[in-house]
Amino acid sequence: MSDVQFSPQRLDEILTLVKRYPKAQSAILPVLHMAMEDFGHLSIPTQQLVADTLGVRLMMVREVVTFYTMYREKPCGRNLLEVCTNAGCMLNGADELLAKLCEKLKIQPGETTDDDMFSVIEVECLGACGGAPIVQINGDYHENVTEHHLDDVIAKGRTHDPI
Amino acid sequence: MIPSDPKKVTAICFANIDVPKMHTLEMARQQGAYQFLPTVLNTFSSEHIVSEMKISGLRGRGGAGFPTGLKWSFVPKNTGKPTYLLCNADEGEPGTFKDRDLMRFDPHLLIEGMIMAGFALGVKDAYIYIRGEFIHEAKRLNDAISEAYAANLLGDNILGSSYSMHLTVHRGAGAYICGEETALIESLEGRPGRPRFKPPFPAVEGFFRCPTVVNNVETLATVPAILEHGGEWHKAIGTPNNAGMKIFSVSGNVKKAGNYEVPLGTTMRSLIEDYAGGLQNGSVPKVIIPGGSSTPWLLAEHYDVPLTYDDLASAGSMLGSGAVIIIDETADLIALTRRLAHFYAHESCGQCTPCREGTGWLERILTRIESGQGKQEDIRTLEDAAKHMAGRTICALADGAAAPILSLLEHFPELVEQAIAEKTS
Ligand SMILES: Cc1cc2nc3c(=O)[nH]c(=O)nc-3n(C[C@H](O)[C@H](O)[C@H](O)COP(=O)(O)O)c2cc1C
Ligand code: SF4
Ligand code: FES
Repeated sequence: MSDVQFSPQRLDEILTLVKRYPKAQSAILPVLHMAMEDFGHLSIPTQQLVADTLGVRLMMVREVVTFYTMYREKPCGRNLLEVCTNAGCMLNGADELLAKLCEKLKIQPGETTDDDMFSVIEVECLGACGGAPIVQINGDYHENVTEHHLDDVIAKGRTHDPI
Repeated sequence: MIPSDPKKVTAICFANIDVPKMHTLEMARQQGAYQFLPTVLNTFSSEHIVSEMKISGLRGRGGAGFPTGLKWSFVPKNTGKPTYLLCNADEGEPGTFKDRDLMRFDPHLLIEGMIMAGFALGVKDAYIYIRGEFIHEAKRLNDAISEAYAANLLGDNILGSSYSMHLTVHRGAGAYICGEETALIESLEGRPGRPRFKPPFPAVEGFFRCPTVVNNVETLATVPAILEHGGEWHKAIGTPNNAGMKIFSVSGNVKKAGNYEVPLGTTMRSLIEDYAGGLQNGSVPKVIIPGGSSTPWLLAEHYDVPLTYDDLASAGSMLGSGAVIIIDETADLIALTRRLAHFYAHESCGQCTPCREGTGWLERILTRIESGQGKQEDIRTLEDAAKHMAGRTICALADGAAAPILSLLEHFPELVEQAIAEKTS
C-alpha cells in the first residue's frame, strides 16, 4: 500500500469513470490527470496509487507518465508559465517574449525560480495560433501576450494572488 | 458552386459561432440544435445515412481528406463486436486551432453530430479524445454533455427512441503523435501513443481490436447539416470533387489571424485579403504553408490557388487540416525551419529508426547552420536525410518532418548557402 491516498469523492469519481471504458487501463491517462490535480506532481508512490486503484501494473503507468509531456514527476513552481514558440507564435515575437520573461525571472526555460514562485517552460503549438503569441499560465490560455502583460503576471504571482 | 460573394453562403460549422451562450443547451436549442435529431433516430436507416454522407462528398477535415461516407461504409457488420466512434480533438498540427473554437463555442453541434454518426454506425460508446492542454474546452464539453444527458439526448433510449449512446471526454496529455488515429487509439487504451501498422485500418480493427471510426471534430460537426438538408445540398457547395465549407485557421504574418469558414474553392488570396485582413508587411506572402506545418510550402506565385484538396495537391502541397500559415519578407526561414525540425524531433514517438534518428539529425544540422557553424556538405546531408525519412515509416509524421526542410532547400537554396558561407568562426 502506498502512503498517498485519493479522497473518497475522488475514488467514487474514478469508479464511475472506469465504467465508461471496456477495460480499466483506459482510465490511466484521466486518473493521472486527477492525481496531478490532487498531488501537484506524480511521485513514484502516487504512480503506484494510480496503478493499484486501476488494478494495472506499475510499469504500465510508468510508461504513460514518461511518454506524455504534461505529466510531471517533479514539483514545479507555484505558477507555471508555458510559452509557445512554434511557428505562429515565433512569427509574432515569441522568442523575444520568452527571452524577456527568463531575463525578468533570472532563469532559463525549464527552470524554477529560487523562491519556487515561477517555472517557465517552452512548449509546442498550443492550438491557439490565432492569438499568437500564446502563454498558458496555470492552465489558462493568455493570448496576444505582451511584455507588459508578463509584468502584471509576475507582480500578481509574487503576491500570492491567483493569476 | 462558389458564389461571387463567398460570405453569402450560410456557414455550416460556424453558423452560430458568434451567438452568445451558444454553449448552453437552452441557447443551442433556440438556434435549432437537436430539432432534426428525432427524425433521424426514428425514420432514417443506417444505410440511408451512409448513402447521404457519400452523396454529400464530405471529405475528412482532420488532415487526410478521406471521404467520410466511404470510411463509414468500411465498418463491417455483424462481427459480434461493438463498434466505437472516436472524435479526434487532439488538434496538435502547428497552425491548427479550429476545433478548439468549435468545441468551446458550439459544443452541442459536435455532440449532435456524434449522436447521428453513432446511430448510423450502431455505436453504443463514443469518445472525444481532446488534447490535454484544452482544459477549459474539455470542461465545456463535459458541461454540455451533462446537459445533454439530463435532457435524454444521450444515454439510454435517446428521446424515447430505441437508440442508446454514451459519450465520454478523454483528455490526452501532451503528445502531438496522438492525433494520428492509431496512436490515438493506443492512447485511449491507456498506453503511449505509438502508431500501429495499417492495415488493418481502425474501421475494421481499432479500439481494443473492435471496429472503430475516427473522425475529426469539424467532420462530425458537419453531419447534422448534411442529414437535415441532404447530401445533394452539401455536394452543391464548393467544387465538384471538393464539396462543402471548410474552416481555415489563418496565422502568422497576417493582420487578422483567426478562423474563417469559407466554401472550398475560395482562393488563397481571397482568404487572406478578404477575411484575414491582409499581410502585416508587404502585399504578397514570401511563403504560404497551406495545411499545417507538415505540408509543403507554396510561394507567392500560388497566391491565387483555389483552396481545394485537388488544387493544393496540383500545386505540390496539401489542404491538410486547413491551417494556413502566412510568412512575409521579415521572417527568418532558416530559424523557422529549425524550429519546426525541433518540433518533429520532440514529437517523434521513436519506434521507427528513420524517423527517430532522422528528425534529431535534421534538427542538429539546422541548428548548426543557423548558428553559423554549417559546413558545405550539410546541404546534401539535409536533403538525403529528409528524403530518406519520407515514406519509410509507420506513420506520416516523418513525411511531415521532411516537408519544411525539402521546401526550404527546393525554394531557398541560396539562403542556406549564404548562411553556411557566412561562418562565424
Ligand atoms: C502525425 C499526425 C498527426 C495528426 N493529428 C491530427 C489531429 O490533431 N486531428 C485530427 O483530426 N487528425 C489528425 N491526424 C489525422 C488522423 O490520423 C485521421 O486521419 C483523422 O483524424 C481522420 O478524421 P477525418 O477523416 O474526419 O479527417 C493526424 C495524422 C498524423 C499522421
Ligand atoms: S514515423 Fe515517427 S512518429 Fe510515426 S510511428 Fe514512426 S517513429 Fe513514430
Ligand atoms: S504556434 Fe503557438 S499556439 Fe500555435
